[in-house]
Amino acid sequence: MPEIAAAGIVKRYGGLVANDGVTLSAERGEIHGVMGENGAGKTTLMNILFGMQAPDAGEIRLRGAAVRFRSQIDAMAAGLGMVHQSFKLFGSLTAWENIVYGAEPRRGPFVDRRAARARVAGLAARHRLAVDPDARVGDLSVGVRQRIEILKALHRDARILILDEPTAVLTPPERDALFEVLKSLAAEGRTVLLVTHKLHEATAITDRVTILRDGRTVATLRTADTGAAEIVRAMTGRSVNLEVRKRPRAPGVPLLRAIDVTIASPSGRPAVDRVSLTVRGGEIVGIAGVAGNGQSELVEALVGLRKPDHGRVELCGRDVTDADVPARRAAGLAYIPEDRAAVGSAPSASAADNLAMGFHRAPPLARGLFVDPAAFAAWALALIRRYAIRIANERVAVGTLSGGNLQKIVVARELAHEAPALIAEQPTRGLDVGATETIHERLVAERDSGRAVLLVSAELGEILALSDRVLVMFEGRILADLPQERADEQSVGLLMAGRGTEPG
Amino acid sequence: MIGSLFTPFLFQSAAQAITPILLAALAGVLCGRVGVFNLALEGQMLAGAFAAIVGSFLAHSALVGVAAAMAGAAAFSLILAYGATVFRGDPVVIGIGMNLLASGLTAYLLRVVFGVSGTFSDPGVVGLGRIAIPALAGVPVLGWAFARQSAITWAAWALTALIGVVLYLTPVGLRLRGVGEQPEAAGALGVDVARYRIVTVLVAGALTGLAGAQLSLGAVSVFAEDMSAGRGWIAVVAVMLGRNNPLYAAAACVLFGFADAIGVNLQSRGLPNQLTDAAPYVATLLALVVSHRRRSRFSQRSRKPAPTAGEAAAAHRRGGSGRKA
Repeated sequence: MPEIAAAGIVKRYGGLVANDGVTLSAERGEIHGVMGENGAGKTTLMNILFGMQAPDAGEIRLRGAAVRFRSQIDAMAAGLGMVHQSFKLFGSLTAWENIVYGAEPRRGPFVDRRAARARVAGLAARHRLAVDPDARVGDLSVGVRQRIEILKALHRDARILILDEPTAVLTPPERDALFEVLKSLAAEGRTVLLVTHKLHEATAITDRVTILRDGRTVATLRTADTGAAEIVRAMTGRSVNLEVRKRPRAPGVPLLRAIDVTIASPSGRPAVDRVSLTVRGGEIVGIAGVAGNGQSELVEALVGLRKPDHGRVELCGRDVTDADVPARRAAGLAYIPEDRAAVGSAPSASAADNLAMGFHRAPPLARGLFVDPAAFAAWALALIRRYAIRIANERVAVGTLSGGNLQKIVVARELAHEAPALIAEQPTRGLDVGATETIHERLVAERDSGRAVLLVSAELGEILALSDRVLVMFEGRILADLPQERADEQSVGLLMAGRGTEPG
Repeated sequence: MIGSLFTPFLFQSAAQAITPILLAALAGVLCGRVGVFNLALEGQMLAGAFAAIVGSFLAHSALVGVAAAMAGAAAFSLILAYGATVFRGDPVVIGIGMNLLASGLTAYLLRVVFGVSGTFSDPGVVGLGRIAIPALAGVPVLGWAFARQSAITWAAWALTALIGVVLYLTPVGLRLRGVGEQPEAAGALGVDVARYRIVTVLVAGALTGLAGAQLSLGAVSVFAEDMSAGRGWIAVVAVMLGRNNPLYAAAACVLFGFADAIGVNLQSRGLPNQLTDAAPYVATLLALVVSHRRRSRFSQRSRKPAPTAGEAAAAHRRGGSGRKA
């Protein structure tokens, strides 16, 4: 008898069918992957299993008995726990306060602090989830916060643990540690539902995977007997080329240059230390590096969000060091920012408004002093179609879209500028294979049409696959400038850690 | 000069100035903790002061006056309690509206109930007695001041301690702190956010009623239109300075109370009262500026800490392989 089973789950949001007869079944002690592209209905299904939303039709069974959760409180009482993509924690409270919140051990009228700390420390030690019970959560890294979320579920003795894309925010070692924890939880008889769209995660850790596409269950596969290509085909409904094809490189004139850019930081050591780089038309230059080594500050200086303390920025041969963002955009710069929700878009504004931003002052989107709503809609629909953005209509607020679809909105708008120079910062973070493929293709198309592309990514595989030249940034300096032929995982990896120098 | 400033009288008048501000600030702290920014303290206090006079006048009892003040101010707070939760109003707008309403309503009721305008005093109104605690009478300098405080002053300090204990040591306090910070997370763990907010705002309302009773029944037994005279706003500042911590907010109230008392003292030395009346507000502004500068420096420092070389290297060493599918 399965530990948890869902049958015929249907959930509609207005005209959009998020779940259309989904079936899922996981055994006791199993790590069960739930895979699918952005918008396939994974998160909706998990929210329904966890009682946060009521299905329009269908049934959930726990150990054979049908259950109907009115809220997540019911689900928690029935032994479910969920770690959401965005954590639900209290930053000003300590780790132990977060974990026992709502289910506090008591002594008389008071919280039994000693018992609470001991409980948290005990759970943390048993499940090898390194957490200092007295640390303030606001000071902790995302990796530790995630462990606190897991401990919250374990404190309430969850038998079924749902994790929604838990690795999106983790560094590789944190991810490996998380997987060890999940394995030991499964070994002691708990059931883990792992939502992911990363193939290597599914193959590395799950026993079986259920694959969703367009709101339907298309397959449930035993991981050990399944190849990666088969999973991708089930997810996308077609074969996806994971290789990036590029025409031979034909670099033109320098379009984007940084000369000796230095940015001070409060810590004393400069955030960016005398960085010079040149991106020519028709090439993709990748900046590899562990996040926090000055890439963000460098990009801010290039796009005009921050004035460098020293050095110059040139765009299409013109010195733009003192120019503001609109002036640089006018001079020929497009920018896909790292934070698509806070910098790249206005989440509460509609898709039409977001796609029109930057184009709204001139015809055809503007008529005299006023904007033209009909032109906005037509423009938005054209881009939505061209980029296959999954959205009910152009009036929907973009904050309600999944990460991949929101990113497509940002990419569609920025590429519509057809600016000579493009800066793409973490363009595929958190996106599924299909969306990643689309965006990679677009970046390569930009290059092939003679534009200069600066790609900043913490994903080494992405840098190596796309870049004609690879710059490695470490502690604010560029340690190496390697042509694609000489950039491999080994050498770039060492440089990212600040070790090794460019050979020769 | 400085020595002659710190007389027992100064402490006595400071303590008196502190009490209403402190009670209102405690109310503000509680509301802030559950995520309802309370700007209505001024109006709630005024409503309490009026209810206190009515209660005391009708029953010839200070105790009934205090009870009426707490009940009246709590009832008045229903506007904020339900407006900011069930009706999803903006607490800032509601708070400003309540202040205007309290000012107009008390002036109107003053005329309807007592047939006077401006101020009302009557021998039938029984004020609060002073409570002398024998054990404290012998304290040098302060003993004289200690013997001249109303029960509400002592209650205010006891409540400060009590609220500190409840907030930081009990399950209710823990939940309350969470409700204000991340209502969604609190709700997800089974805490009824709306109920916590409503009850807390009403309890806070009763505290502002106590503050109002101290104004109208404390030192003198009189109600005057708009007699809260900006104390509620100073309490709002104390809440912000204290960052919703009852002890820090109390410290800010002590600062303002002494500024007020020193202003009065300087007035008695011939300085124009328009100038000395500004003392608490000058202190308020200075405190705001100083605390803001300290905080902004802090937030700059805590921005985006770059990983150290060692961390980055370790991250790479362990994660270098197996990254790609």
